Amino acid sequence: MKKSVFLGALTIAGLAAGAVAAGTLDDVKARGKLNCGVSTGLVGFAAPDANGEWTGFDVTVCRAVAAAVLNDASAVEFVPTTGKTRFTALASGEVDMLARNTTWTFSRDVDLKFEFVGVNYYDGQGFMVPKDLGVSSAKELDGATVCIQTGTTTELNLADFFRSNNISYEPVPIETNAEAQQQYLAGACDVYTTDASGLAATRATFESPGDHVLLPEIISKEPLGPLVRHGDNEWGDVVRWTLNAMITAEELGVTSANMGELAAGTNNPEINRLLGTEGTLGEMLGLDAEWAQRVLAVGGNYGEIFEKNIGESTPIGLARGLNAQWTDGGLLYSPPFR
Amino acid sequence: MTTITDPPKEQFRLSMLIYDTRYRSMTIQVVALIGFMLLAAWLINNTIQNLTELGKPVEFGFLVEPSSYDINQRLLEYTSRDTHLRASFLGLLNTLVVAVLGCITATVVGVLVGVLRLSNNWLIGRIMTVYVEMFRNVPVLLWIVLAMAILIESLPAPRAFRGEDATATMNLNDTVAVTNRGIYIPEPLFSRSLGDVHIFGQSSLRFDISLDLIAILIVLGASVFAMRRVAARANAVQEATGDRPTIWYIELGILFIPMIALLVALGFHLGYPELKGFNFKGGTHLRNSLIALWLALSLYTAAFIAEIVRGGILAISSGQTEAAAALGLRPGKIMRLVILPQALRVIIPPMISNYLNLTKNSSLAIAVGYMDITGTLGGITMNQTGRELECILMLMLCYLAISLSISAVMNWYNERVKLVER
Ligand SMILES: N[C@@H](CCC(=O)N[C@@H](CS)C(=O)NCC(=O)O)C(=O)O
Repeated sequence: MKKSVFLGALTIAGLAAGAVAAGTLDDVKARGKLNCGVSTGLVGFAAPDANGEWTGFDVTVCRAVAAAVLNDASAVEFVPTTGKTRFTALASGEVDMLARNTTWTFSRDVDLKFEFVGVNYYDGQGFMVPKDLGVSSAKELDGATVCIQTGTTTELNLADFFRSNNISYEPVPIETNAEAQQQYLAGACDVYTTDASGLAATRATFESPGDHVLLPEIISKEPLGPLVRHGDNEWGDVVRWTLNAMITAEELGVTSANMGELAAGTNNPEINRLLGTEGTLGEMLGLDAEWAQRVLAVGGNYGEIFEKNIGESTPIGLARGLNAQWTDGGLLYSPPFR
Repeated sequence: MTTITDPPKEQFRLSMLIYDTRYRSMTIQVVALIGFMLLAAWLINNTIQNLTELGKPVEFGFLVEPSSYDINQRLLEYTSRDTHLRASFLGLLNTLVVAVLGCITATVVGVLVGVLRLSNNWLIGRIMTVYVEMFRNVPVLLWIVLAMAILIESLPAPRAFRGEDATATMNLNDTVAVTNRGIYIPEPLFSRSLGDVHIFGQSSLRFDISLDLIAILIVLGASVFAMRRVAARANAVQEATGDRPTIWYIELGILFIPMIALLVALGFHLGYPELKGFNFKGGTHLRNSLIALWLALSLYTAAFIAEIVRGGILAISSGQTEAAAALGLRPGKIMRLVILPQALRVIIPPMISNYLNLTKNSSLAIAVGYMDITGTLGGITMNQTGRELECILMLMLCYLAISLSISAVMNWYNERVKLVER
C-alpha cells in the first residue's frame, strides 16, 4: 500500500506539474502534432469511420486547429475520453484541447479551471424511450430505470428534474455511450438520457431508429463547446478564433467552394481580413496570414460542417434550430474579425 | 586473582559510521530513510504548491456541499440533497456489502473446489481443474463485464412480464422475479416493528439500526448459548455414564421456539415483488450490477482459494489419512475432522491476501455501474468537484482501513487456529 500511495502521489504531482505549463501553442508547434480529446465514439460528432479515420462535427474543430497551427489537418492525435476521464486528460496536459460534447458550466469554468472558447452546438438534455413504452412526456417516467453517463452534467440535471417534479427513478450509471446504448437496447433501462444531439446521433445508429422516440421535454441548457486549460490565453485565442472563423465564414458567405476565388481579394474588408489578404490578424495570433483559409479548407464553414456531419440530410437529421446564424434567428454570433 | 583488565575504551570516531561494521548498516538505513523522507516531502510540497498555483489549494470543504447526484443502491436513506460525504459513506457501505458477500461465497466455493480437485473421481477432478485454470488466467475485469453482459442480454426485461401475452413469468410461486435489471426476492417485513434507533443525529454519517434485527440477534445468541450448555451437559453425562442422552430435539426446540415466538410477536411477514409501472416494486432488489460483480469476484477469487486449499491439504502427510482410515473413519469424516483442521494452519495466511485482493478488486465496480466508494467518492464526486487529490487520498485511506481491518480479524483467527495445534 505504501508503494501505491507513493505512486499515486507521483501521478498527482505529475498531473499538477503538467497543468501549470503554459505555452501550449509552442508545444504543439514543436511537437508537430495536436493532441485533441474527443468522445469515445458518437457518430456524427466524433467517431472513427470504416477506415479508422476520425470524422465528425467535433473532430472537424480539432482538424481545423491543426490546420491553422500546423498547416496539416491530419496532424492530430485523437485521444478518446469518457465523460469521466476528459477533464483529467485536459488538466494533466495529456491533450491540448477538448472538443467533445462538453457543456460550459460555471463550475467547470471557474472551479475546475478550464476555459471554454465558445459554443459550437447549443443543446439541451432530452430523453429517449422505446415507442412501445407508450410514454409521451418525461413527467410520466415515475419509477423508470434511466441510463446515464457518469461524470456528466446529465447526471445532475436528471437528479434535479426528478426531484423538482417529485417523481422517482432508478439511475444506471454508465461510462460510455456505447455501453449505454447496449443496455438501453437490451431493455436494462427504460429511458436513455443525454444531450438531445447525442440522443439523435445514437438513435441514428440503431437498426430501427423509428422504434424510438425523443420525448418533448428538454430539461436543461447544454451549450457544448471546445475548451482548453485556464491560464494559457494565447492558446485559448487560437482555438477560439478558429471556431469563430468557421462561424464568421458562414455569416459572410465564404464557403469551401468560393474560398479560392475570394482569397484573391474582395470588396468586403472583413472577408479580406478573415482570409488574410488584408491586415495582420494571423500574425497577432502567432500564426501566418492564411491560417483561416486552411481552417476553412478542412470542411468549409460552420454551416457546411453542420450539414455534412449532423444536418438534416444525414441519418442524424438535426435541424439548425438554435444553431442557426443570428441573422437567421439562431444563437450563432461570432465577434467581428477586426 | 582477577586480572581481567577492561578492554581499551575505544574512542568513537565519525569515520566508524562507515568503516565499522557495527554501525555501517545503521548508517545506510538512516541515510536511506532521510533520502526517502526528503523525496516524499519534495513530492508533497511540489504537489501542494502546484495545486495552489493552479488555484486549487488542497481543502476538504467540498465534502459538506450537496452532492446533487443520485445513487441507485442505497443501504441508508439518501437524496441528491445530501452531502458528498454521505454519498461517499453510502458508497463505502456498498463496497463492504460486495466485499463481505464476495469473501463468503469465494470461501465456500473455493474450499469445495479445492477439495473436489483432489477427488479420486477423474471427471470431477478434471472439471475442477478446468474451472480453476479458466478463472485464474483471465483478468477479473473481463469476468465482471461478461457476467453483466450475460445478465443483461439473456434475461427478460420487466416489460416482458406485462400484459396478456407476457413472455416471461415469475418463479417460485410468483415470489421471485428474475429480470435483466436484477433479481427481485421477497423481503422480510414486520407489522409490529420495534422501530429503529437513529445514530449520529443529522450528520452525514447518520444511520439507523433496526431494533427488530437487534432483538433477533439477541434471541439467536441466547439460543446458541443455551444449546451449548445442553451439549456440555450431555457431554458430562456421557463422560460419567458412557451413555449419551438424546438431545437433538431439545437443541432444535431451543433454537426454533423462541425465534418463532419472537417473529410472531413482531408480526413477521414477507413482502413480495410486484410489477408496477416500469419496474417491479416491493421485495428486495438485487441489482444486476451487484450480482455480476459479486459472482465474478467470488468465482475469480475462489479459483485462487481452491489452489490454496488444495496446497494446504497436500501439505498434510498421507500418513494422517491412513491413520484415520485405520481408526475406521470414513473419507468425508477424515477430511472434516483430521485433514482440514491441520491444513487450516497452512491455508489461512494466504487466504488473508485473497480476501484483501477481492476487496480491492471490487473497485472495478464502475465497469458495471455498481456505486461503490470508487464510483461515488472516486467517481462522480471527484469528477463533479474536480478535487482529484483530496478524493484519491480519502479513497486510499478507506481501502487501507478496510484492508487493515480484514487483516486484523484474520490474523486473530489465525492465532486461534494455531493455539489449537499441539
Ligand atoms: N454535455 C454533457 C454530456 C456529455 C456526454 O456525455 N456526451 C455523450 C453523449 S451526448 C458522449 O459524448 N458520449 C460519447 C462517449 O461516451 O465517449 C456534459 O458535458 O457533461
